[in-house]
Amino acid sequence: MAEKKTKKEPAAKKETKKAAAKAAAPATAAPAASPEKALGKDARVGVYICHCGTNIAGSVDIPAVQEYVKTLPNVAHVDNYQYMCSTPGQKKIEDDIKEHKLTGIVVAACSPRLHEPTFRTATKTGGLNPFRFEMANIREQGSWVHMHDREGATSKAKDAIRIAVAKASLLQDLVPKSVPVEKAAMVVGAGVAGMQAALDLANAGIKTYLIEKNPTIGGRMSQLDKTFPTLDCSQCILTPKMVDVGRNPNIELMTYAEVAEVEGYIGNFDVTIRRKARGVLTPAEAEAKGIVGGGCNGCGDCDAVCPVIKPNPFEMGMKPRKAIYIYHPQVVPLIYTVDFDSCVKCGLCVEACGDKKAIDLEMKDELVKVKVGTAVLALGYEMFPIEKKEEWGYKKYENVVNSLEFERLICASGPTGGHLVRPSDGKTPMKVAFLLCAGSRDNTGVGKPYCSRFCCMYSLKHAHQIIEKIPGCQPYLFYMDIRSFGKMYEEFYYRIQDEGAKFMRGRVANVLEDPVTKNLIINAEDTLLNRPINLEVDMVVLAAAVQPSEDTDRTRKLFGVSKSMDGWLLEAHPKLNPCGTTTAGVFLAGVCQGPKDIPDTVASAEGAASAASIPIHMGEVELEPYFAQCIEEKCAGCGMCVNLCPYQALSLVEKDGRKVMQVTEAKCKGCGTCGGFCPGGAIWMQHFATPQIVAQIDAFLLGGEQ
Amino acid sequence: MAEKEWKPQILGIICNWCSYAGADLAGSARTQYPPDIRIVRVMCTGRVDPLFIMKAFIDGADGVLVSGCHFGDCHYLEGNYKAAKRMFILKSLLKNIGLEDKRLRMTFVSASEGAKWAVVVKDVVDTVTSLGPSPLKEFGH
Repeated sequence: MAEKKTKKEPAAKKETKKAAAKAAAPATAAPAASPEKALGKDARVGVYICHCGTNIAGSVDIPAVQEYVKTLPNVAHVDNYQYMCSTPGQKKIEDDIKEHKLTGIVVAACSPRLHEPTFRTATKTGGLNPFRFEMANIREQGSWVHMHDREGATSKAKDAIRIAVAKASLLQDLVPKSVPVEKAAMVVGAGVAGMQAALDLANAGIKTYLIEKNPTIGGRMSQLDKTFPTLDCSQCILTPKMVDVGRNPNIELMTYAEVAEVEGYIGNFDVTIRRKARGVLTPAEAEAKGIVGGGCNGCGDCDAVCPVIKPNPFEMGMKPRKAIYIYHPQVVPLIYTVDFDSCVKCGLCVEACGDKKAIDLEMKDELVKVKVGTAVLALGYEMFPIEKKEEWGYKKYENVVNSLEFERLICASGPTGGHLVRPSDGKTPMKVAFLLCAGSRDNTGVGKPYCSRFCCMYSLKHAHQIIEKIPGCQPYLFYMDIRSFGKMYEEFYYRIQDEGAKFMRGRVANVLEDPVTKNLIINAEDTLLNRPINLEVDMVVLAAAVQPSEDTDRTRKLFGVSKSMDGWLLEAHPKLNPCGTTTAGVFLAGVCQGPKDIPDTVASAEGAASAASIPIHMGEVELEPYFAQCIEEKCAGCGMCVNLCPYQALSLVEKDGRKVMQVTEAKCKGCGTCGGFCPGGAIWMQHFATPQIVAQIDAFLLGGEQ
Repeated sequence: MAEKEWKPQILGIICNWCSYAGADLAGSARTQYPPDIRIVRVMCTGRVDPLFIMKAFIDGADGVLVSGCHFGDCHYLEGNYKAAKRMFILKSLLKNIGLEDKRLRMTFVSASEGAKWAVVVKDVVDTVTSLGPSPLKEFGH
């Protein structure tokens, strides 16, 4: 190893205290003239090595690391402890800061993404600015990934601490910026999750914008007939909630609308909403236009005269609707919608509407801007296109349907009035096969690797429904495992067994159609009895996998939310922060985070609403002060950074007869894209400044032992 | 420098939101990979000044890995696009000064791709190991 010391990069100009005073100032004032100041002068770093029980100590030689750390420059104190995050561990930091006159703290433990806040607080309690803390990750990126390489893990831990000490020696005092939080929230998606979240927020006194892409709220749950295991009628328990949402004075409902643009940050999101041209005025909109007593009252006179017929997506295309339509009689809001893609603009509806003057066939999309403090994404799901699994014949054979189509066929308000019939001939099926895990738990690359989680239970419910509705009708369930994990679910499973449903464990190899009778022949293996099954049935229902709804990817990108490998939105922590995201102020509710049944969806929505209400009730939030600052004597005023900034946070201003860059801190999010480019090195990224990063690189490669 | 068994010195500069989280996930899942990489965390790969990488090579790094979010997934909208452009240009410059451009790698590892992070590190370590010590090492010190 080379003997060079870690560098103390820029020459010290002023005293540290002055630097601290300046760093504190920019929260309100314009950026300081020169942020390059007394860095690393007389740095005294305290280093704490955590055993994390045996999590770290099992693979890292802690005494060896401690001996090594003592040789590093600027290290004034070294200690180790079983659990640094425990109260006695934190107390060590708090006490040592005074005792050893420490100017910087390094804890070598887990990931800063886990415990940085903990140790920053301890640093602050000890009387040091919390941004004087740096973490060396020797667990997630050390002991846990080199479990059987003690030498490698130990050497990596030494280097990680050396790198952290180099940075901690150069850290500055920073002051988080407090920003006020707008007293309003947004919920995107108005299925049962979005409605519940919006109701909770609204009932907590928060103005809530509820955005729904469809013409009505209600989501998937409104398409279901019954809910398991209680067999409540889905619409019966949902419509009261829909009505509540429609009536709540704190909820501003925007249906047939989508989020077009999101700017800003927690507390201050500026959201642009595109209200798609609906072609129909609400009574309020009509009144605003001076049409007294006008606007749509949902009478349906337009529907009666419209000559254009299209399939209704709410009925899975099995029932017609007109070009001016509502999905179903219980829609909220009860306002018709013109489908401009199929409307021929004959004007019959306008005539039928008469004096209400509710229909405007020339309506255009409208952009609405709102400001909210926090947002909840409840984007829901859609059915996996199960025709991709060609062996089961969906979309090839008429009598193979997916489970959502089955829901509509068995539903009293559905296209057949609740009489289950075969699509091919309208006859009542007497043998129905349900194929579970259709496209779920599929490692072939065609389907989804995950369990869709609620298909077992709704298939049991489907079996119950046909036994109840069609005397003598026999359900067959082809399953891999029955996952009946919820409250009263296992009991429901036994009940359906007792009712006479037949269970066959085995994934179906293929489904063939008898071309004359349109019956279906199922080829499978009963893996419990080890014998092949060759079964002729009248109808096949595929319990297809679910996947994120179509708009999920576009919307999540607007809010800066990541996705998991399976496409569902990524939570901040799978166990301890399942509703949060890595974007502060944005929360997840319902299935968009991963498949959930209705009770779990509602619970997650209530969690997300509660989390989203906290910053609003707090009134202000602190932002990490990782802002860019301009070192004016180095700035050549070229303006490259101004164009690079994705947030329009930088601008050029005249100062002393020349142009220099100026940062608007409220807009700066601290990415450092400007700092990574500035040809003159004139941009100071707080907490990630060039001298600090270069010191880390040097510490790694040039060593620093004394 | 001990001659017995040469191990490459590889610097990883990775973004807080995706790759660092992905690397943490590899840890939680106990996915094992070679230890020959040292990490410097930045908020976004957009922060990576090409001079950081040159500094690392001058200091004697055998390889540098820059890893960020997937395109379209950047926490700061487009920092990773800008980083990728810079790395692309820097790679051609490395060739001009006689350094194998494979010593510099940019990858995209999301917060949910712990397994991918392990594969990436192993691949980078293997690539750099096969290239041998950096020819710049003797000039740097």
